[in-house]
Amino acid sequence: MVEVVRSTVVPAPIDRVWSVLRDFNSHHEWHPAVRESRIEDGLRSDEVGCVRRFSLADGAELREQLLRLSDSDHSYTYCILDAPIPLYDYVATVTLKPVTDADATFWEWRSSFRTPPGQENQLALLVAESIYEAAFDALTARLTSGSTRSRDGSASPVPAKSSGDRVCGGVVLQAFGGPENLKWGPVSAPPPGPGEVRIEHRAIGLNYIDVYCRTGYFRLAEPPCPLGMEACGVVTDVGEGVDGILRGDRVAYACAPVGAYVECRTMPAALLVVVPDEISSEQAAAIMLKGMTAEFLLHRVHRVRDGDVVLVHAAAGGVGQFLCQWARAIGAEVIGTVGSQDKVRVARDNGCSHPIVYREENFVQRVAEITDGRGVDVVYDAVGRDTFVHSYDALAERGHLVSYGQASGPIEPIDIAAFAAKSATVSRPNFGHYTSTPQQVRAITDRLFRALRQGILRVDIGQRFGLSDAADAHRALESRQTRGSTVLIP
Amino acid sequence: MTGVVKVYTSSVIDAPADRVWAQVRDFNGLPSWHPLIADSRIEGGDPPDRVGCVRSFTLRDGGSIRERLLALSDFDFLCVYAILESPMGVEDYVATLKLTPITDGDRTFAEWSAEFECALGREQELAEQIGQGVFQSGFAALNSLMTRR
Repeated sequence: MVEVVRSTVVPAPIDRVWSVLRDFNSHHEWHPAVRESRIEDGLRSDEVGCVRRFSLADGAELREQLLRLSDSDHSYTYCILDAPIPLYDYVATVTLKPVTDADATFWEWRSSFRTPPGQENQLALLVAESIYEAAFDALTARLTSGSTRSRDGSASPVPAKSSGDRVCGGVVLQAFGGPENLKWGPVSAPPPGPGEVRIEHRAIGLNYIDVYCRTGYFRLAEPPCPLGMEACGVVTDVGEGVDGILRGDRVAYACAPVGAYVECRTMPAALLVVVPDEISSEQAAAIMLKGMTAEFLLHRVHRVRDGDVVLVHAAAGGVGQFLCQWARAIGAEVIGTVGSQDKVRVARDNGCSHPIVYREENFVQRVAEITDGRGVDVVYDAVGRDTFVHSYDALAERGHLVSYGQASGPIEPIDIAAFAAKSATVSRPNFGHYTSTPQQVRAITDRLFRALRQGILRVDIGQRFGLSDAADAHRALESRQTRGSTVLIP
Repeated sequence: MTGVVKVYTSSVIDAPADRVWAQVRDFNGLPSWHPLIADSRIEGGDPPDRVGCVRSFTLRDGGSIRERLLALSDFDFLCVYAILESPMGVEDYVATLKLTPITDGDRTFAEWSAEFECALGREQELAEQIGQGVFQSGFAALNSLMTRR
């Protein structure tokens, strides 16, 4: 067994050094040997068991797993899973200790491993110098030089907190009404307070709910205010007490307080999730709200299983497409309703085996034919008034009617006793109740990002508008000229 | 009623760890480097590196203390001892002095920690007295002694 120990003293307080080192994925920000790194499977970098996959400057790829992380000892242990260098049974521990009579930190890095015979000294030296000592120098320079390299390559002062408000551009709704009330102008993002971060948007998702907010049909925000429910961006400043999100991280959110149509914004870190590297900012901005909705509808409100028969209304619509894709991947048979012939193909492309044009055919009758009179196990209905009663008619015994919207208008009062005729269940889920804690959001987005990576879900970005052209985007959306998802680019 | 106190201090000594260890491993050697200690002897004529031996020493202010060596490691550069008698009013006092080499610059990371119980309300005062008055001042003296030449 070869043992390597290297240690140094960094002239910075332990909390600052630890805030960098405890992020198992931070090394590509500061270690000169590491070119790119990401955490596999959408896990967080402080999740014990997570695996970092990274590449070195020469292109070599390594995978390392976090075995132990202790905030009380300021220490972590990890092992190599895969490496092109013959380091076998490599286990390393990094430990920090405060120097109590100076504003400094003792940093020790020790490891043990096996090598092919004769290569012990050469590999021990490689590990000690190219990895440990190079890290000491680079991080010390970063923590003491007053500047830092962020992941997108731009330099800015350390500490990352800047003092003043940041003024940037945004689309502000002047008064409830038409798209002409959306005006480009300056908005300010204050320095992040405790638990907050400031982010710079890369892409913003457009949703029909934005139109409702603009007209005042939904009173989710009072003008003058920026609109927008979802976006993806890069963290530029981090407030006190924020865990797990670092400057330079790419993050996304859905259904935060209205106001995503801006270039930069300050918001609670608890609302944000870190976006895995292989998911683009546009994809994340386009899928957060609709994809998270599809996740809790299919996996939480009703748990769709292999062999179920599912009816999705507006199967070619925003959430409808994801419901079809995902339900099909689970193994369900998907029946869908669409408004016109040209949407039949869209629905089919998204996994809907039986698209029904509801204006031409009676969908209850069609469902009965397709299911040999049995009906469907679950209906996903966001149409509301026009479909609700018929959706019930399409249910099988012990079926589940999930009403998650009312695009066609309010639903008439229902006679719950009549549901006994089928032992039916009815749900009226609310996005907020499935996403009220960071843990809930995280559980949903973990599965969502996994589904994206596995190709279960596909994001079709039909069009992009400049952020300042948000009014045109609204016009296109309202006149049904858009296809797939629409994103606004700052 | 008693309160439990933990004291942790550390310092960087600008000398190689084996040299610093040679200075501090002598359980009877406190007067040669610690400014508070006037004289010291090992009871019963035991050698000072015999684990279990008791040192009895006098402070410059006249107080006397007896401490038992609980552990000594030339491998870890570590020494653990307990107070048997002292005027400080502490119970179950166990302290650890440990040196770790700093490979960058061939220096020494020195840690001195203690855990003990005392009368409620005295925790702060004793933590200050032991942490700053005894440990940290010891490191300062050790550092100037080791770097004098």
